[in-house]
Amino acid sequence: MTAPLLVRLRTRPRTAERPAWEEKPSILGQFGKGLSLSVVLGLVLFPLYCVVITSFSTEASINIAGGIVVVPHGLTDEAYRQMLDGGVVTRAVVIALLLTAVGTLISMAVSVLCAYGLSRQHSFGHRAILMTFIATMFFSGGLIPTFIVVANLFHGYDQYWALILPTAVSVFNILIIRGFYMNTARDLIDAAKIDGAGDWRILWSVVLPTSKAVNVVMALFYGVTYWNNWFNVLLYMPADNSKWPIQYVLYEYVNQGASMPGAGASALAGHAQPAPLSLQMAVVVLTLVPILICYPFVQKHFAKGALTGAIKG
Amino acid sequence: MSAFTTDRETGSAGTPSPEKKRKGRRRDRATDQRLNWRLRLRRDRTLIIMTVPALALIIAFNYLPMFGAVTAFQFYDYLSGFFHSPWAGLANFQQLFSDSNFWHAFENTLVLSLVQLVLFFPVPIALAIMLNSVLSTKLRSFFQAVVYLPHFFSWVLVVTLFQEMLGGAGLLNHVLRLNDMGVWNIMTDPGAFKYLVTAQAVWKEAGWGIIVFLAAIAAIDPNLYEAAAADGAGRWRRMWHITLPGMRGVIVLMLVLRLGNALTVGFEQFLIQRNAVGSGASEVLDTYAYYYGVIANNYGLGTAAGLFKGVVSLILILAANKLAHYFGEDGLYRRSR
Repeated sequence: MTAPLLVRLRTRPRTAERPAWEEKPSILGQFGKGLSLSVVLGLVLFPLYCVVITSFSTEASINIAGGIVVVPHGLTDEAYRQMLDGGVVTRAVVIALLLTAVGTLISMAVSVLCAYGLSRQHSFGHRAILMTFIATMFFSGGLIPTFIVVANLFHGYDQYWALILPTAVSVFNILIIRGFYMNTARDLIDAAKIDGAGDWRILWSVVLPTSKAVNVVMALFYGVTYWNNWFNVLLYMPADNSKWPIQYVLYEYVNQGASMPGAGASALAGHAQPAPLSLQMAVVVLTLVPILICYPFVQKHFAKGALTGAIKG
Repeated sequence: MSAFTTDRETGSAGTPSPEKKRKGRRRDRATDQRLNWRLRLRRDRTLIIMTVPALALIIAFNYLPMFGAVTAFQFYDYLSGFFHSPWAGLANFQQLFSDSNFWHAFENTLVLSLVQLVLFFPVPIALAIMLNSVLSTKLRSFFQAVVYLPHFFSWVLVVTLFQEMLGGAGLLNHVLRLNDMGVWNIMTDPGAFKYLVTAQAVWKEAGWGIIVFLAAIAAIDPNLYEAAAADGAGRWRRMWHITLPGMRGVIVLMLVLRLGNALTVGFEQFLIQRNAVGSGASEVLDTYAYYYGVIANNYGLGTAAGLFKGVVSLILILAANKLAHYFGEDGLYRRSR
């Protein structure tokens, strides 16, 4: 059964040409390389595999395995059905998705505008503004003053905006976007200008379409930050579990060993009882899914989008 | 992470004819100097307006807290705010420096940072060199896709995964029990904590770290390899004498960044696991500031700890950069000329 695949691989090698001067690696070397690559891949993929399998396993097979399931016996989607029945977890997923969408939108709008505004080499005041931004990479008020400013000065405690606005701007991301925009062909911009386009028009119809790689990658970066954000929830909104996004729910009852709020029977019975493993793992999988969905579309842009301006060469 | 982008942006990255472009720039500058600032302001007002939203957010959430750092010199009172809280002088710092917990957290931070430097830093470099020797483009991109992935997981998720693999009820201990080898709950073992968190950091970030090094390797002139091979250098010699020196600039840069962040060892990661291993092993400066500031409501003390950390970090960045210059590298920013 494996023979055709092997033959295909051998007859159509998807391989770069080995330069004439480079010696072929020894059998031992090839084996070692293959082994170490497989080990690294296994280290990353094996835990994910186990978690997914466990989340789909029946109570019985979890009991047989004595915890995490490696070899599945019986599969069921019971855990997901319980998770997504409209309880706290469902709400948390929706909240997290909304926060991520709104946050990413705000962050991208603000960053793209700012990056474009700073991308013109000799515009008035752009150096001063740039320095204002860069200084924040070296100096920061620290955790507590930020907390005081957001929670007390702006009354952000228990407010959704406190999860978005304080982290909405990443200077690092702006610098990367700016570096990319500065490499947009001068001639294109000049041509647009001659045709009578103003800066808004140039940004919208020339710069944005020509820098898709960086925009997509940055949107992913911002999106992931919002999706993964649990610490700001811990700071600004720890009390009300109907407002929690999914990562914080995960934090609460996988790491604190709390019972799952609103997950079927245990919440009705009203006593703390650790969630069944399959449910815990289902939540873990739920936090993974959006990332895994977006990832393949963005991944091919990483090297281009994330590095421009950082390394020349 | 990279102020270094800004120093180099004036270069002509990726344009086919740098000479022509430079000439264009010079003309621009001359034009700019002829225009007075009023005209330039009018010409560029749209650009400036575009930066305003970001600027407003930065001022509100980065600059206000910077001034809010005066809290370190106050007995901060929740109801009175910054402006009416009584002044404390250096009392917060006195309390901080006489607190053995603080020095314990400081020591922990340094030790953890050192362990991470030794055990974490070389991993992405090695991975990048190894991956670079893989010829199959399909295999390469698959490998990259997989090792980048953990970078996008939250710390909660990573710790959970480790818990399920290595924890008391996890897979490892299950296997140990089945083979009658006793139980070793790594997740709650204070002695193993520094290696545990380093392993977590490697698992999460080492794959992502190879991007920079791969780019550095890609920038090395292939003719060098050919010449070396013609002179009879084998693959190991070529790695040692061409690949590694070719990556030197980036390695030094990453080292400088690492040293500058020596007092930041992974706040969220520690916060999540603090309950499990106890504060003895897991307390670092950041968690100290969090617990004494936010949880114990001693804002002044927490801010003082944060300020201390900030100042020391700044000194570390400057020192590390100086060191990079001493070795003839650019480091984070260039030498002033």
